[in-house]
Amino acid sequence: MLLGPATAWLVVFLVLPFIAIAVFSVGERAPEGGYQAAFTFAQYANLPARATAFWNTMVLAPVGALACLLVAYPVAYYLALRAPQRWRLILLALVVIPFWTSLLMRTYAWMYVLGGRGIPALLAYIGFEDIRLINTPGAVLLGIVYGYLPLMILPIYVSLERLDRRLLEASADLGATPLSTFLGVTLKLSLPGVMTGFSLVMILLLGEYLIPTLLGGGKVFFIGNGLVDLFLQSRNWPFGSAIAITLVLVSVVVLIAANRISTRVSGARRVDLI
Amino acid sequence: MRAFVIAVFAFLYLPIALVVLFSFNAGHHASEFTGFSVQWYGKALANPFLVEALKNSLFIATTSALLAALCGTAAALGLARVGIRKRAVFDALLGAAIVVPGVVIGISTLVALVQLFGVVNPFLASIWPDDQPPRLALGYGSIVAAHGLFSMALVTMIVGTRLGSLDRNLVEASSDLYATPLTTFRSIVLPQIMPAVVAGFLLAFTFSFDDFIIAFFVAGAQTTLPIYVFASIRRGVTPEINAIATIVLVASVLLVVLAQWQLRQRKPSN
Repeated sequence: MLLGPATAWLVVFLVLPFIAIAVFSVGERAPEGGYQAAFTFAQYANLPARATAFWNTMVLAPVGALACLLVAYPVAYYLALRAPQRWRLILLALVVIPFWTSLLMRTYAWMYVLGGRGIPALLAYIGFEDIRLINTPGAVLLGIVYGYLPLMILPIYVSLERLDRRLLEASADLGATPLSTFLGVTLKLSLPGVMTGFSLVMILLLGEYLIPTLLGGGKVFFIGNGLVDLFLQSRNWPFGSAIAITLVLVSVVVLIAANRISTRVSGARRVDLI
Repeated sequence: MRAFVIAVFAFLYLPIALVVLFSFNAGHHASEFTGFSVQWYGKALANPFLVEALKNSLFIATTSALLAALCGTAAALGLARVGIRKRAVFDALLGAAIVVPGVVIGISTLVALVQLFGVVNPFLASIWPDDQPPRLALGYGSIVAAHGLFSMALVTMIVGTRLGSLDRNLVEASSDLYATPLTTFRSIVLPQIMPAVVAGFLLAFTFSFDDFIIAFFVAGAQTTLPIYVFASIRRGVTPEINAIATIVLVASVLLVVLAQWQLRQRKPSN
Protein backbone atom coordinates (compact mmCIF):
# COMPACT_ATOMS: atom_id res chain seq x y z
CA MET A 1 0.00 0.00 0.00
CA LEU A 2 2.91 2.31 0.74
CA LEU A 3 4.22 1.54 -2.71
CA GLY A 4 0.90 2.31 -4.38
CA PRO A 5 1.28 5.98 -5.33
CA ALA A 6 4.89 5.55 -6.45
CA THR A 7 4.00 2.49 -8.53
CA ALA A 8 1.11 4.32 -10.17
CA TRP A 9 3.38 7.26 -10.93
CA LEU A 10 6.09 5.08 -12.44
CA VAL A 11 3.59 3.12 -14.53
CA VAL A 12 1.60 6.10 -15.82
CA PHE A 13 4.46 8.50 -16.44
CA LEU A 14 7.37 6.20 -17.25
CA VAL A 15 6.25 2.78 -18.46
CA LEU A 16 3.16 3.81 -20.44
CA PRO A 17 4.86 6.75 -22.19
CA PHE A 18 7.71 4.45 -23.11
CA ILE A 19 5.27 1.93 -24.58
CA ALA A 20 3.57 4.81 -26.39
CA ILE A 21 6.76 5.91 -28.17
CA ALA A 22 7.62 2.27 -28.91
CA VAL A 23 4.22 1.90 -30.64
CA PHE A 24 4.64 5.24 -32.40
CA SER A 25 8.05 4.28 -33.69
CA VAL A 26 6.57 1.52 -35.84
CA GLY A 27 3.79 3.81 -37.09
CA GLU A 28 3.55 6.34 -39.90
CA ARG A 29 3.38 10.11 -39.99
CA ALA A 30 -0.15 11.36 -40.59
CA PRO A 31 -0.37 13.76 -43.58
CA GLU A 32 -1.09 16.76 -41.32
CA GLY A 33 1.61 15.72 -38.83
CA GLY A 34 1.30 13.56 -35.76
CA TYR A 35 0.73 9.83 -35.85
CA GLN A 36 -1.11 7.30 -37.97
CA ALA A 37 -1.40 3.68 -36.93
CA ALA A 38 0.72 1.21 -38.89
CA PHE A 39 3.24 -1.53 -38.41
CA THR A 40 6.39 -0.73 -40.30
CA PHE A 41 10.09 -0.38 -39.66
CA ALA A 42 10.30 2.43 -42.19
CA GLN A 43 11.07 4.96 -39.44
CA TYR A 44 14.07 2.97 -38.30
CA ALA A 45 15.23 2.46 -41.89
CA ASN A 46 15.03 6.24 -42.26
CA LEU A 47 17.45 6.89 -39.37
CA PRO A 48 20.39 7.68 -41.71
CA ALA A 49 18.40 10.76 -42.82
CA ARG A 50 19.53 12.25 -39.54
CA ALA A 51 23.03 10.86 -39.94
CA THR A 52 24.75 14.20 -39.25
CA ALA A 53 23.00 14.67 -35.91
CA PHE A 54 23.70 11.03 -35.03
CA TRP A 55 27.32 11.36 -36.07
CA ASN A 56 27.83 14.59 -34.12
CA THR A 57 26.25 13.07 -31.03
CA MET A 58 28.04 9.74 -31.29
CA VAL A 59 31.36 11.55 -31.63
CA LEU A 60 30.88 14.45 -29.22
CA ALA A 61 29.21 12.37 -26.47
CA PRO A 62 32.13 9.97 -25.90
CA VAL A 63 34.74 12.65 -26.63
CA GLY A 64 32.96 15.02 -24.24
CA ALA A 65 32.71 12.34 -21.57
CA LEU A 66 36.41 11.54 -22.02
CA ALA A 67 37.39 15.22 -21.79
CA CYS A 68 35.29 15.49 -18.61
CA LEU A 69 37.05 12.43 -17.22
CA LEU A 70 40.55 13.79 -17.91
CA VAL A 71 39.74 17.02 -16.08
CA ALA A 72 37.71 15.33 -13.32
CA TYR A 73 40.09 12.56 -12.28
CA PRO A 74 42.91 14.73 -10.87
CA VAL A 75 40.34 16.83 -9.02
CA ALA A 76 38.64 13.78 -7.50
CA TYR A 77 42.06 12.32 -6.66
CA TYR A 78 43.14 15.49 -4.91
CA LEU A 79 39.86 15.77 -3.00
CA ALA A 80 39.90 12.15 -1.84
CA LEU A 81 43.57 11.53 -1.12
CA ARG A 82 45.51 14.77 -0.94
CA ALA A 83 43.28 17.61 0.25
CA PRO A 84 43.73 18.77 3.86
CA GLN A 85 40.92 17.39 6.03
CA ARG A 86 39.39 20.75 6.89
CA TRP A 87 39.24 21.78 3.24
CA ARG A 88 37.77 18.55 1.95
CA LEU A 89 34.11 19.15 2.79
CA ILE A 90 34.19 22.72 1.55
CA LEU A 91 35.78 21.71 -1.75
CA LEU A 92 33.31 18.85 -2.09
CA ALA A 93 30.44 21.27 -1.53
CA LEU A 94 31.92 23.51 -4.23
CA VAL A 95 31.67 20.54 -6.61
CA VAL A 96 28.13 19.59 -5.57
CA ILE A 97 26.69 23.10 -5.88
CA PRO A 98 27.13 23.48 -9.67
CA PHE A 99 25.80 19.92 -10.06
CA TRP A 100 22.45 21.13 -8.74
CA THR A 101 22.43 24.59 -10.31
CA SER A 102 20.56 25.30 -13.48
CA LEU A 103 22.39 23.97 -16.55
CA LEU A 104 20.62 26.67 -18.57
CA MET A 105 22.08 29.44 -16.43
CA ARG A 106 25.53 27.88 -16.38
CA THR A 107 25.54 27.46 -20.16
CA TYR A 108 24.33 31.03 -20.48
CA ALA A 109 27.38 32.09 -18.49
CA TRP A 110 29.64 30.66 -21.20
CA MET A 111 27.54 32.22 -23.94
CA TYR A 112 28.30 35.43 -22.19
CA VAL A 113 32.03 34.73 -21.82
CA LEU A 114 32.58 33.40 -25.34
CA GLY A 115 30.16 35.78 -27.08
CA GLY A 116 31.19 38.85 -29.05
CA ARG A 117 31.65 41.10 -26.03
CA GLY A 118 33.41 38.55 -23.84
CA ILE A 119 36.78 36.94 -24.57
CA PRO A 120 36.77 37.95 -28.29
CA ALA A 121 36.52 41.61 -27.23
CA LEU A 122 39.50 41.12 -24.91
CA LEU A 123 41.45 39.40 -27.68
CA ALA A 124 40.64 42.24 -30.06
CA TYR A 125 41.93 44.63 -27.42
CA ILE A 126 45.34 42.96 -27.42
CA GLY A 127 45.43 42.75 -31.19
CA PHE A 128 43.72 39.54 -32.27
CA GLU A 129 40.80 40.71 -34.35
CA ASP A 130 37.85 38.61 -35.49
CA ILE A 131 38.39 35.53 -33.41
CA ARG A 132 35.23 33.51 -33.33
CA LEU A 133 34.72 31.33 -30.27
CA ILE A 134 31.00 30.83 -29.87
CA ASN A 135 29.01 28.67 -32.31
CA THR A 136 31.92 26.30 -32.90
CA PRO A 137 32.33 22.60 -32.02
CA GLY A 138 35.05 23.68 -29.59
CA ALA A 139 32.58 25.88 -27.71
CA VAL A 140 30.15 22.96 -27.49
CA LEU A 141 32.89 20.70 -26.12
CA LEU A 142 33.85 23.35 -23.57
CA GLY A 143 30.20 23.70 -22.52
CA ILE A 144 29.94 19.93 -22.16
CA VAL A 145 32.99 19.71 -19.90
CA TYR A 146 31.73 22.66 -17.89
CA GLY A 147 28.20 21.32 -17.55
CA TYR A 148 29.01 17.74 -16.64
CA LEU A 149 32.28 18.03 -14.73
CA PRO A 150 30.62 17.79 -11.28
CA LEU A 151 28.73 14.65 -12.30
CA MET A 152 32.05 13.07 -13.29
CA ILE A 153 33.98 14.18 -10.20
CA LEU A 154 31.46 12.86 -7.64
CA PRO A 155 31.44 9.10 -8.38
CA ILE A 156 35.23 9.04 -8.88
CA TYR A 157 35.63 10.81 -5.56
CA VAL A 158 33.34 8.27 -3.89
CA SER A 159 35.33 5.29 -5.16
CA LEU A 160 38.70 6.86 -4.33
CA GLU A 161 37.52 7.77 -0.86
CA ARG A 162 36.55 4.16 -0.15
CA LEU A 163 39.94 2.95 -1.30
CA ASP A 164 41.88 1.12 1.38
CA ARG A 165 44.97 3.31 1.95
CA ARG A 166 46.92 0.31 3.30
CA LEU A 167 46.95 -1.10 -0.23
CA LEU A 168 48.86 1.97 -1.40
CA GLU A 169 51.40 1.59 1.38
CA ALA A 170 51.72 -2.13 0.74
CA SER A 171 52.34 -1.47 -2.92
CA ALA A 172 55.04 1.09 -2.11
CA ASP A 173 56.61 -1.18 0.52
CA LEU A 174 56.85 -3.95 -2.03
CA GLY A 175 58.95 -1.70 -4.20
CA ALA A 176 56.42 -0.49 -6.74
CA THR A 177 57.11 2.92 -8.27
CA PRO A 178 54.49 5.62 -7.64
CA LEU A 179 53.39 5.27 -11.26
CA SER A 180 52.87 1.53 -11.11
CA THR A 181 51.09 1.88 -7.75
CA PHE A 182 48.80 4.42 -9.37
CA LEU A 183 48.11 2.25 -12.42
CA GLY A 184 47.95 -1.09 -10.62
CA VAL A 185 46.09 -0.09 -7.46
CA THR A 186 44.56 3.39 -7.46
CA LEU A 187 43.29 3.58 -11.02
CA LYS A 188 42.17 -0.03 -11.05
CA LEU A 189 40.18 0.25 -7.83
CA SER A 190 38.62 3.57 -8.78
CA LEU A 191 37.42 2.19 -12.09
CA PRO A 192 33.84 1.60 -10.81
CA GLY A 193 33.58 5.34 -10.12
CA VAL A 194 35.14 6.20 -13.46
CA MET A 195 32.71 3.92 -15.27
CA THR A 196 29.70 5.34 -13.39
CA GLY A 197 30.72 8.88 -14.19
CA PHE A 198 31.57 8.10 -17.79
CA SER A 199 28.35 6.22 -18.52
CA LEU A 200 26.10 8.80 -16.79
CA VAL A 201 27.74 11.73 -18.56
CA MET A 202 27.65 9.96 -21.89
CA ILE A 203 23.97 9.00 -21.56
CA LEU A 204 22.98 12.53 -20.59
CA LEU A 205 25.04 13.89 -23.49
CA LEU A 206 23.20 11.60 -25.91
CA GLY A 207 20.05 13.58 -25.14
CA GLU A 208 21.68 16.98 -24.71
CA TYR A 209 19.87 19.92 -26.27
CA LEU A 210 20.75 23.14 -24.42
CA ILE A 211 24.53 23.13 -24.84
CA PRO A 212 24.64 22.55 -28.63
CA THR A 213 21.77 25.01 -29.12
CA LEU A 214 23.22 27.85 -27.08
CA LEU A 215 26.95 27.35 -27.70
CA GLY A 216 26.78 25.67 -31.12
CA GLY A 217 24.34 28.19 -32.55
CA GLY A 218 22.46 25.66 -34.69
CA LYS A 219 25.68 24.72 -36.48
CA VAL A 220 26.46 21.77 -34.27
CA PHE A 221 23.36 19.64 -34.42
CA PHE A 222 22.73 16.96 -31.80
CA ILE A 223 20.11 14.20 -31.62
CA GLY A 224 18.42 16.31 -28.94
CA ASN A 225 18.05 19.16 -31.43
CA GLY A 226 16.65 16.73 -33.97
CA LEU A 227 14.08 15.48 -31.46
CA VAL A 228 12.94 19.00 -30.56
CA ASP A 229 12.56 19.75 -34.26
CA LEU A 230 10.65 16.52 -34.99
CA PHE A 231 8.27 16.84 -32.06
CA LEU A 232 7.68 20.56 -31.74
CA GLN A 233 8.23 21.91 -35.26
CA SER A 234 7.88 19.47 -38.14
CA ARG A 235 5.62 17.17 -36.11
CA ASN A 236 6.96 13.91 -37.45
CA TRP A 237 6.22 11.96 -34.28
CA PRO A 238 6.80 8.39 -35.49
CA PHE A 239 10.27 9.22 -36.81
CA GLY A 240 11.08 11.13 -33.62
CA SER A 241 9.89 8.15 -31.57
CA ALA A 242 12.15 5.81 -33.53
CA ILE A 243 15.11 8.11 -32.77
CA ALA A 244 14.15 8.27 -29.07
CA ILE A 245 13.89 4.48 -28.84
CA THR A 246 17.29 4.13 -30.53
CA LEU A 247 18.71 6.61 -28.04
CA VAL A 248 17.37 4.61 -25.11
CA LEU A 249 18.78 1.38 -26.58
CA VAL A 250 22.22 2.97 -27.02
CA SER A 251 22.03 4.19 -23.40
CA VAL A 252 21.25 0.68 -22.17
CA VAL A 253 24.22 -0.70 -24.14
CA VAL A 254 26.49 1.99 -22.64
CA LEU A 255 25.33 1.14 -19.11
CA ILE A 256 25.80 -2.59 -19.57
CA ALA A 257 29.23 -2.11 -21.15
CA ALA A 258 30.30 0.20 -18.30
CA ASN A 259 29.19 -2.40 -15.73
CA ARG A 260 30.98 -5.20 -17.55
CA ILE A 261 34.26 -3.30 -17.84
CA SER A 262 34.09 -2.25 -14.22
CA THR A 263 33.34 -5.76 -12.94
CA ARG A 264 35.99 -7.39 -15.11
CA VAL A 265 38.84 -5.03 -14.18
CA SER A 266 38.19 -4.26 -10.54
CA GLY A 267 35.74 -6.93 -9.46
CA ALA A 268 33.18 -4.40 -8.26
CA ARG A 269 30.00 -2.99 -9.70
CA ARG A 270 29.72 0.61 -10.68
CA VAL A 271 29.19 3.12 -7.90
CA ASP A 272 25.73 4.30 -6.95
CA LEU A 273 25.70 8.03 -6.56
CA ILE A 274 23.06 8.30 -3.90
CA MET B 1 48.28 18.98 -8.97
CA ARG B 2 47.13 21.67 -6.56
CA ALA B 3 47.53 24.31 -9.25
CA PHE B 4 45.43 22.19 -11.59
CA VAL B 5 42.68 21.76 -8.99
CA ILE B 6 42.64 25.49 -8.30
CA ALA B 7 42.40 26.14 -12.03
CA VAL B 8 39.45 23.75 -12.32
CA PHE B 9 37.60 25.47 -9.49
CA ALA B 10 38.30 28.82 -11.15
CA PHE B 11 36.94 27.36 -14.40
CA LEU B 12 33.80 26.23 -12.55
CA TYR B 13 33.12 29.52 -10.81
CA LEU B 14 34.56 32.38 -12.91
CA PRO B 15 31.88 32.40 -15.64
CA ILE B 16 29.16 32.43 -12.98
CA ALA B 17 30.95 35.21 -11.14
CA LEU B 18 31.06 37.26 -14.34
CA VAL B 19 27.32 36.85 -14.89
CA VAL B 20 26.65 37.96 -11.33
CA LEU B 21 29.07 40.90 -11.60
CA PHE B 22 27.54 42.21 -14.81
CA SER B 23 24.02 41.90 -13.44
CA PHE B 24 25.02 44.92 -11.31
CA ASN B 25 26.40 46.85 -14.28
CA ALA B 26 24.97 50.32 -14.77
CA GLY B 27 25.64 50.23 -18.53
CA HIS B 28 24.06 48.16 -21.27
CA HIS B 29 27.20 46.53 -22.53
CA ALA B 30 28.79 43.36 -21.36
CA SER B 31 32.32 44.42 -22.22
CA GLU B 32 32.75 47.27 -19.79
CA PHE B 33 31.63 47.70 -16.24
CA THR B 34 30.49 51.30 -15.99
CA GLY B 35 29.23 51.45 -12.46
CA PHE B 36 27.20 49.69 -9.83
CA SER B 37 23.44 49.61 -10.23
CA VAL B 38 20.51 47.38 -9.39
CA GLN B 39 18.41 48.77 -12.20
CA TRP B 40 18.33 45.44 -14.09
CA TYR B 41 16.79 43.72 -11.10
CA GLY B 42 14.11 46.38 -11.07
CA LYS B 43 13.55 45.97 -14.82
CA ALA B 44 13.36 42.19 -14.48
CA LEU B 45 10.86 42.29 -11.63
CA ALA B 46 8.74 44.88 -13.44
CA ASN B 47 8.40 42.56 -16.44
CA PRO B 48 4.94 40.94 -16.13
CA PHE B 49 5.80 37.94 -18.35
CA LEU B 50 8.83 37.20 -16.26
CA VAL B 51 6.96 37.48 -12.97
CA GLU B 52 4.24 35.20 -14.34
CA ALA B 53 6.87 32.63 -15.40
CA LEU B 54 8.53 32.88 -11.99
CA LYS B 55 5.21 32.30 -10.20
CA ASN B 56 4.49 29.29 -12.41
CA SER B 57 7.91 27.82 -11.70
CA LEU B 58 7.54 28.31 -7.95
CA PHE B 59 4.09 26.70 -7.97
CA ILE B 60 5.21 23.75 -10.09
CA ALA B 61 8.41 23.18 -8.11
CA THR B 62 6.58 23.31 -4.76
CA THR B 63 3.78 20.97 -5.85
CA SER B 64 5.98 18.41 -7.57
CA ALA B 65 8.51 18.39 -4.71
CA LEU B 66 5.77 17.96 -2.09
CA LEU B 67 4.15 15.09 -3.98
CA ALA B 68 7.55 13.54 -4.61
CA ALA B 69 8.55 13.81 -0.95
CA LEU B 70 5.31 12.14 0.17
CA CYS B 71 5.18 9.35 -2.43
CA GLY B 72 8.94 8.82 -2.39
CA THR B 73 9.11 8.46 1.40
CA ALA B 74 6.14 6.10 1.37
CA ALA B 75 7.82 4.07 -1.37
CA ALA B 76 11.12 3.89 0.51
CA LEU B 77 9.30 2.63 3.61
CA GLY B 78 7.31 0.15 1.53
CA LEU B 79 10.41 -1.08 -0.30
CA ALA B 80 12.02 -2.04 3.00
CA ARG B 81 9.34 -4.72 3.41
CA VAL B 82 8.94 -6.30 0.00
CA GLY B 83 10.56 -9.40 -1.47
CA ILE B 84 13.86 -9.22 -3.26
CA ARG B 85 12.40 -9.72 -6.75
CA LYS B 86 9.77 -7.00 -6.44
CA ARG B 87 12.41 -4.73 -5.05
CA ALA B 88 14.72 -5.35 -8.01
CA VAL B 89 11.96 -4.43 -10.49
CA PHE B 90 11.16 -1.28 -8.53
CA ASP B 91 14.81 -0.30 -8.25
CA ALA B 92 15.25 -0.74 -12.00
CA LEU B 93 12.27 1.55 -12.68
CA LEU B 94 13.58 4.17 -10.24
CA GLY B 95 17.00 3.98 -11.86
CA ALA B 96 15.40 4.42 -15.29
CA ALA B 97 13.43 7.45 -14.06
CA ILE B 98 16.68 9.07 -12.98
CA VAL B 99 18.99 8.05 -15.81
CA VAL B 100 16.81 8.41 -18.93
CA PRO B 101 17.71 11.75 -20.56
CA GLY B 102 15.18 14.53 -19.97
CA VAL B 103 14.54 14.89 -23.68
CA VAL B 104 13.23 11.30 -23.85
CA ILE B 105 11.11 11.73 -20.69
CA GLY B 106 9.73 14.93 -22.22
CA ILE B 107 8.73 13.51 -25.58
CA SER B 108 7.37 10.23 -24.28
CA THR B 109 5.19 12.05 -21.74
CA LEU B 110 4.05 14.44 -24.47
CA VAL B 111 3.13 11.60 -26.83
CA ALA B 112 1.35 9.57 -24.16
CA LEU B 113 -0.64 12.50 -22.77
CA VAL B 114 -1.68 13.81 -26.17
CA GLN B 115 -2.97 10.34 -27.09
CA LEU B 116 -4.73 10.05 -23.74
CA PHE B 117 -6.37 13.47 -24.05
CA GLY B 118 -7.43 12.54 -27.60
CA VAL B 119 -9.51 9.72 -26.11
CA VAL B 120 -10.66 11.33 -22.88
CA ASN B 121 -11.74 14.75 -24.19
CA PRO B 122 -14.36 13.50 -26.72
CA PHE B 123 -15.61 11.09 -24.05
CA LEU B 124 -15.98 13.91 -21.50
CA ALA B 125 -17.73 16.00 -24.13
CA SER B 126 -20.19 13.20 -24.82
CA ILE B 127 -21.18 12.60 -21.19
CA TRP B 128 -21.13 16.22 -20.02
CA PRO B 129 -24.63 17.64 -19.50
CA ASP B 130 -24.03 21.14 -20.90
CA ASP B 131 -22.01 22.64 -23.73
CA GLN B 132 -18.88 23.40 -21.74
CA PRO B 133 -17.21 20.12 -20.85
CA PRO B 134 -13.83 20.32 -19.12
CA ARG B 135 -10.97 19.86 -21.56
CA LEU B 136 -7.81 18.20 -20.39
CA ALA B 137 -4.70 19.83 -21.80
CA LEU B 138 -0.98 20.05 -21.23
CA GLY B 139 -0.06 22.55 -18.54
CA TYR B 140 0.64 22.66 -14.83
CA GLY B 141 -0.51 19.09 -14.29
CA SER B 142 1.71 17.54 -16.94
CA ILE B 143 4.82 19.47 -15.82
CA VAL B 144 4.22 18.55 -12.18
CA ALA B 145 3.78 14.89 -13.12
CA ALA B 146 6.88 14.73 -15.33
CA HIS B 147 9.09 16.57 -12.84
CA GLY B 148 7.66 14.55 -9.99
CA LEU B 149 8.69 11.32 -11.68
CA PHE B 150 12.40 12.15 -11.42
CA SER B 151 11.99 13.77 -8.02
CA MET B 152 10.07 10.87 -6.55
CA ALA B 153 12.75 8.42 -7.68
CA LEU B 154 15.36 10.69 -6.13
CA VAL B 155 13.53 10.98 -2.79
CA THR B 156 12.97 7.20 -2.69
CA MET B 157 16.69 6.58 -3.14
CA ILE B 158 17.83 9.19 -0.62
CA VAL B 159 15.33 8.10 2.05
CA GLY B 160 16.00 4.43 1.23
CA THR B 161 19.72 4.91 1.89
CA ARG B 162 18.91 6.56 5.20
CA LEU B 163 16.54 3.76 6.18
CA GLY B 164 19.30 1.26 5.41
CA SER B 165 21.59 2.90 7.96
CA LEU B 166 18.85 3.13 10.58
CA ASP B 167 19.64 1.48 13.91
CA ARG B 168 17.41 -1.64 13.93
CA ASN B 169 18.02 -2.07 17.68
CA LEU B 170 16.04 1.05 18.42
CA VAL B 171 13.07 -0.22 16.42
CA GLU B 172 13.20 -3.59 18.19
CA ALA B 173 13.62 -1.98 21.59
CA SER B 174 10.62 0.18 20.88
CA SER B 175 8.38 -2.75 20.03
CA ASP B 176 9.75 -4.76 22.96
CA LEU B 177 8.58 -1.94 25.16
CA TYR B 178 5.07 -2.40 23.75
CA ALA B 179 4.98 0.59 21.43
CA THR B 180 2.47 0.18 18.62
CA PRO B 181 3.98 0.11 15.12
CA LEU B 182 2.57 3.61 14.56
CA THR B 183 4.19 4.95 17.73
CA THR B 184 7.49 3.33 16.80
CA PHE B 185 7.27 4.95 13.38
CA ARG B 186 6.42 8.37 14.79
CA SER B 187 8.97 8.46 17.57
CA ILE B 188 11.85 6.34 16.21
CA VAL B 189 11.81 6.04 12.43
CA LEU B 190 10.40 9.39 11.36
CA PRO B 191 12.80 11.59 13.36
CA GLN B 192 15.74 9.65 11.95
CA ILE B 193 14.68 9.79 8.31
CA MET B 194 13.34 13.35 8.45
CA PRO B 195 16.62 15.03 7.39
CA ALA B 196 16.71 12.76 4.31
CA VAL B 197 13.08 13.60 3.49
CA VAL B 198 13.74 17.33 3.81
CA ALA B 199 16.93 17.07 1.72
CA GLY B 200 15.00 15.09 -0.89
CA PHE B 201 12.29 17.75 -0.97
CA LEU B 202 14.84 20.55 -1.41
CA LEU B 203 16.72 18.75 -4.18
CA ALA B 204 13.41 17.91 -5.89
CA PHE B 205 12.40 21.56 -5.70
CA THR B 206 15.75 22.64 -7.15
CA PHE B 207 15.49 20.08 -9.95
CA SER B 208 12.00 21.21 -10.94
CA PHE B 209 12.82 24.91 -10.63
CA ASP B 210 15.90 24.50 -12.86
CA ASP B 211 14.59 22.03 -15.43
CA PHE B 212 14.21 23.31 -18.95
CA ILE B 213 14.04 20.39 -21.32
CA ILE B 214 11.21 18.32 -19.82
CA ALA B 215 9.00 21.38 -19.30
CA PHE B 216 9.83 22.54 -22.84
CA PHE B 217 7.96 19.50 -24.21
CA VAL B 218 5.06 19.13 -21.79
CA ALA B 219 4.34 22.76 -20.81
CA GLY B 220 1.63 23.25 -23.44
CA ALA B 221 0.59 26.91 -23.25
CA GLN B 222 2.29 27.51 -19.87
CA THR B 223 5.66 29.20 -19.43
CA THR B 224 8.14 28.36 -16.70
CA LEU B 225 11.07 30.56 -15.77
CA PRO B 226 13.69 28.46 -17.64
CA ILE B 227 11.47 28.40 -20.75
CA TYR B 228 11.10 32.17 -20.60
CA VAL B 229 14.84 32.66 -20.06
CA PHE B 230 15.69 30.30 -22.92
CA ALA B 231 13.41 32.23 -25.28
CA SER B 232 14.93 35.57 -24.20
CA ILE B 233 18.50 34.30 -24.54
CA ARG B 234 17.82 33.35 -28.13
CA ARG B 235 16.74 36.93 -28.79
CA GLY B 236 19.99 38.23 -27.36
CA VAL B 237 22.07 38.58 -24.24
CA THR B 238 20.96 41.45 -21.96
CA PRO B 239 21.88 42.52 -18.41
CA GLU B 240 18.26 41.77 -17.48
CA ILE B 241 18.90 38.06 -18.10
CA ASN B 242 22.01 38.34 -15.93
CA ALA B 243 19.83 39.64 -13.13
CA ILE B 244 17.38 36.74 -13.49
CA ALA B 245 20.24 34.26 -13.74
CA THR B 246 21.75 35.67 -10.55
CA ILE B 247 18.46 35.33 -8.68
CA VAL B 248 18.06 31.73 -9.85
CA LEU B 249 21.68 30.85 -9.05
CA VAL B 250 21.50 32.31 -5.56
CA ALA B 251 18.22 30.50 -4.88
CA SER B 252 19.63 27.16 -6.12
CA VAL B 253 22.82 27.52 -4.12
CA LEU B 254 20.88 28.27 -0.93
CA LEU B 255 18.60 25.27 -1.47
CA VAL B 256 21.47 22.89 -2.19
CA VAL B 257 23.51 24.06 0.79
CA LEU B 258 20.43 23.62 2.96
CA ALA B 259 19.85 20.12 1.54
CA GLN B 260 23.46 19.05 2.08
CA TRP B 261 23.34 20.39 5.61
CA GLN B 262 20.16 18.39 6.28
CA LEU B 263 21.76 15.23 4.87
CA ARG B 264 24.72 15.62 7.21
CA GLN B 265 22.51 16.07 10.27
CA ARG B 266 22.92 13.25 12.77
CA LYS B 267 24.28 10.97 10.09
CA PRO B 268 25.98 7.95 11.64
CA SER B 269 29.67 8.30 10.95
CA ASN B 270 31.02 5.42 8.96
